[in-house]
Amino acid sequence: MDIKDIIKPENLVYSKSKLFTDKALSYCPGCGHGTAHKLVLQTIEEMGIESETIGVAPVGCSVLAYEFMDIDIQQASHGRAPAVATAIKRLMPEKFVFTYQGDGDLAAIGTAETIHACNRGENIVIIFINNGIYGMTGGQMAPTTIAKMKTSTSPYGRDTAIMGNPLKITELVAQLPGVYYCTRQAVHTAAAVRKAKKAIRQAFENQKLKKGLSFVEIVSNCNSGWKMTPVDSNIWMENNMFPFYPLGDIKVPTEK
Amino acid sequence: MAKIKGAIVVEIEKCKGCGVCEVACPTQVIKLHTDVNGKGYHFAYMENPDACIGCANCAMVCPDSVISVYKMKVEA
Ligand SMILES: Cc1ncc(C[n+]2csc(CCOP(=O)(O)OP(=O)(O)O)c2C)c(N)n1
Ligand code: SF4
Ligand code: SF4
Ligand code: SF4
Repeated sequence: MDIKDIIKPENLVYSKSKLFTDKALSYCPGCGHGTAHKLVLQTIEEMGIESETIGVAPVGCSVLAYEFMDIDIQQASHGRAPAVATAIKRLMPEKFVFTYQGDGDLAAIGTAETIHACNRGENIVIIFINNGIYGMTGGQMAPTTIAKMKTSTSPYGRDTAIMGNPLKITELVAQLPGVYYCTRQAVHTAAAVRKAKKAIRQAFENQKLKKGLSFVEIVSNCNSGWKMTPVDSNIWMENNMFPFYPLGDIKVPTEK
Repeated sequence: MAKIKGAIVVEIEKCKGCGVCEVACPTQVIKLHTDVNGKGYHFAYMENPDACIGCANCAMVCPDSVISVYKMKVEA
C-alpha cells in the first residue's frame, strides 16, 4: 500500500490547531511551551469560543504568545497577568479570560497578584508553566527551583540551607476558598498531553459556569536552561521534578 | 480482517529536530534525518512508514505542531 493512498484529506485525523498564526514559535526546540500553547488553542477551538476569549500573556519566554495565538491577547507587566485578567473579566464578564504565565512570572515577581486573584476567586483560568527556572533571562534560580537543582545562579545546585526552600505555589493557592479547581499536569508524553488537555477544558468549562478560579499547573522542561537535550530534559523532569511536584488534581469541585 | 494504516506528514522547514516525536512513537516509525532543513535542524521523517498506526502520539507531543497524521482502514 502506497503512502500516497493514506495521505488524503478524508483520512486526516490530527493537524495543527487553526488558532495558531503562521509564525514559527520562538521557543527552543523541544520546549513544552509550544505543546502547552497547542492545548490551550485546541480547547478554545473545540469550545468554539475564539471570538469570546481574551488571553493575558506574561513576561518570560512566552511574552510573545500574542504573536502565535490567533485570539485577542493583552500582554501584561511581569507578574501582573492575574490583575490584568481580573480587570478584563470584571469589565467584560461575558468573555472567557485566561492568563498564561511562567513560574518566575507567577510565583516570584507576581506572587501577590497570583494569591489575591486566587483568594478573590476571580472567574478566570490561570495556566501556569512551571519549568523551575527563569528561562528567558538565562536559567537563573527561581522560587520553584527544586533542591539540588543546578541553575546559572546556583551552579553547584540549590542548597536549601542557604537559598531557602522551593515554593509549591499550586498547593498553596489550592487552600484558598476562591480557587474552585486546581490541578498539576505535564505535556511531555502523549498520555500526559491527553490528561492536560482534559484539565484545561475542565478549567474553561468552570469559567463558563461562573465557578471561580481554575488553576492549571503544567510542569514543563526548559531544556536550554537546564542544559540538556529535549529528550533528556523530559527524562530528568520525570525523575527529579515529578517527585517534588506530583502530577494530578489537587483540588476538585465537591458538588455534583 | 481490516487493518489500520497510518502516515504522518512533517512540515520539514518548520521542524526543529527536537526528537520528542521519535521517542513518543510506539512503533519506532520516526527518525531524525541526517540532512538538515533550511534552519540547520535534523528534521523528523518516517524511516519505517509501514509500521505507522496513525495513533498521533508524535503529533500530540510535537511542541511546534508540525506533524499531521492520516489514518485509514485497509482490508487485508
Ligand atoms: C519588572 C521586570 N523584572 C525583571 C525582568 C526580567 N525578566 C524577564 S523574563 C524573567 C523571568 C521569566 O521566567 P519565567 O516566568 O519562569 O518564564 P520562562 O521564561 O521560564 O518561561 C525575568 C526575571 C523584567 N522583564 N521585568
Ligand atoms: S529558554 Fe527554556 S523555557 Fe524558554 S523557550 Fe528555551 S527551553 Fe523553553
Ligand atoms: S517533535 Fe516536532 S519539531 Fe520536534 S523533531 Fe518531531 S516533528 Fe520536529
Ligand atoms: S502516528 Fe503513531 S505510529 Fe505513526 S509515526 Fe506518529 S506516533 Fe508513530
